[in-house]
Amino acid sequence: MTLIIEQCLNGLQFGLLLFLLAAGLTLVFGIMDLVNLAHGSLYMIGAYFAATFAAWTGSFVLGAMLALVATLMVGMAVEVIAMRRLYGRDHLDHVLATFGLILFFDESVRLIWGPEGMSLPLPSWLNRSVQILPGINYSAYRLAIIVVTLVVAVLLYVLVMRTRMGMLIRAGASNREMVGALGVNIKLLYTLVFGLGAALAGLAGLMQAPILTVQIGMGENILILAFVITVIGGIGSIRGALVAAIFVGFVDTLGRAFFPDLLRMVLSKDAASTAAPALSSMLIYLLMAIVLVVKPEGLFSAGQK
Amino acid sequence: MRRTLLVASAALMLAAGPAMAQQKTIKIGFVSTFSGPTAVIGNDMRDSLELALDHLGRKIGGLPVEVIYEDDQQKPEVGKQKTEKLIESDKVDFISGYIWSNVLLASIKPVVDSKTFLVIANAGPSQVAGELCSPYVFSTSWQNDQTPQAMGLYMNQKGVKSVFLIGPNYAAGKDMLAGVASTFKGNVVGQELTTWPAQLDFSAELSKAKAANPDSIFVFYPGKAGVQFLSQYEQAGLKGKIPLYTAYTIDELSLPLQKELALGVPGTQEWVNDLPNEANKKFVADYIKKYPGHKPSFYGAQSYDAVNLINSAVVATKGNLSDKEALRKAMEKANFKSVRGGFKFGNNHMPIQNFYLQDVVKDAKGDFVLKTVATVVKDGQDDFHAKCPMK
Repeated sequence: MTLIIEQCLNGLQFGLLLFLLAAGLTLVFGIMDLVNLAHGSLYMIGAYFAATFAAWTGSFVLGAMLALVATLMVGMAVEVIAMRRLYGRDHLDHVLATFGLILFFDESVRLIWGPEGMSLPLPSWLNRSVQILPGINYSAYRLAIIVVTLVVAVLLYVLVMRTRMGMLIRAGASNREMVGALGVNIKLLYTLVFGLGAALAGLAGLMQAPILTVQIGMGENILILAFVITVIGGIGSIRGALVAAIFVGFVDTLGRAFFPDLLRMVLSKDAASTAAPALSSMLIYLLMAIVLVVKPEGLFSAGQK
Repeated sequence: MRRTLLVASAALMLAAGPAMAQQKTIKIGFVSTFSGPTAVIGNDMRDSLELALDHLGRKIGGLPVEVIYEDDQQKPEVGKQKTEKLIESDKVDFISGYIWSNVLLASIKPVVDSKTFLVIANAGPSQVAGELCSPYVFSTSWQNDQTPQAMGLYMNQKGVKSVFLIGPNYAAGKDMLAGVASTFKGNVVGQELTTWPAQLDFSAELSKAKAANPDSIFVFYPGKAGVQFLSQYEQAGLKGKIPLYTAYTIDELSLPLQKELALGVPGTQEWVNDLPNEANKKFVADYIKKYPGHKPSFYGAQSYDAVNLINSAVVATKGNLSDKEALRKAMEKANFKSVRGGFKFGNNHMPIQNFYLQDVVKDAKGDFVLKTVATVVKDGQDDFHAKCPMK
């Protein structure tokens, strides 16, 4: 029983982290109609900034804050310098250009920080396990990730559903031309949305950094999952991204945890332990395929176009 | 005047021609990983190989040498492609390198078919030591099972009663876990294989290990994954509760990132930087001099040995590479000063060698370094040599 609770927490933590990435991706895709493959690079940049600033200031929290601001700036700069030229173009152009950005960011990081990667050590109050229920100890840092992402999710909800800027974002997602015609500075709005997406990716990256270390190309594997989530959740829907992210987190973690044991009941021990990791990493894609067949527009489609 | 010059230069060219043809260049193809997160390993191997060439006066057996480096991107299909390119278009005399067992297994057929000599500088899949052994394939590393087998023996000495095994799901990962299970006398209470190299979050596996409540955890995660595993092991609150035993998880490349996390975590290895032989002292000191801020790792030591093995064979055959039989016999003698203090080849061309227990300590400057603690296995030979048809 304790194992199941622990694995559920693992799944929740992973899912919420994926949500941060997917939320930015789905915002940019849904509102600006822009496919951004370089989203994973912003995740990496966030982690590198956090490791650098934390080393300078000697404080994990301060380093993380500075890194968030810096990633937001980088995101807005990327929008102004590169992305602005891509609106209204074909999606294939987006893919090509943002793939180029991935190479640019990877190489820049190699030049600035070197190829070895960095580590972001946790302060001692996070680097331990705490008792959450009698008999269940859980990593304090993973708990902190759950709390922070939940807070961010609530803030995002308030921002999108309850503020004027959120209204503009939603309006922009439904009908871009009309919002522009009504006199809204759509250029500025896009820059802000892209910056927000970048900051969310950066936050995911810096929170993942103490677990996975900081390295070049760290955003590329996880970006695939983020795309899967936007597809499952429905493009442009934050709520969809949250539900789909938690779903994917659970399927991935619980699949890894319990699938091998299930497989061992039907297969020989050797065959099962070899096949299980491969099969359980396929579960997510299977889930995506099923969703695409049943609801091609995703679970919570923003429902326009 | 112009005509004379023309004739003179033509004569010069004619004179230079045959001389150049006689001066054969030894071509070595080196396949390793030079991009992505594990490029640090490939770079260390290349740095050590270049150092070996420096020590040999940039000559192999007195002949000029050209090394062609190819990046396998840690992918079996890319490794195979690059190997074929080295054999078919570069026509190399020797091939070396290979960090990853799965890349090696994909690449070995074109090498053996073309009768090119291969000196494996790291990977040691059980198949290559056994049924796939070849007269053209040599190793300056080990067979995968051997290092964890030594760890299993050490765990017996420590009186460990039960173990939970965690490793990556590819050729080497399976060999490693099988290796420790083969010598460990206690109970193996569980085993987890993870998707490789994509999966870096081990939360599900660590939770399962914790729930199984074993005496110890054994882990094999080469490269960066070793850093990630150690930090997650501490974050999960397992450090100090369930002791960790490792193979190829802590080395000079990962230690600068692991730091305190690696203190008190034992590992086994066939080479440690402080082995007290002359060749090793020279290798380590000159490496640190040539590449300031870096320390050599066992990957580099094996690559350094690979070049010296090739050199010893070319010297013995006086540069005559066409007599493959003589070259093979010369290679089999392993007549060079290995940085691990000498080894012999078994019938399957795998080294028969010692395995040491290494520990992480802080040196006088406050740096974390690896130190030899004891010899766990003396002149150990792999378990698969009986399956190799070569005598």
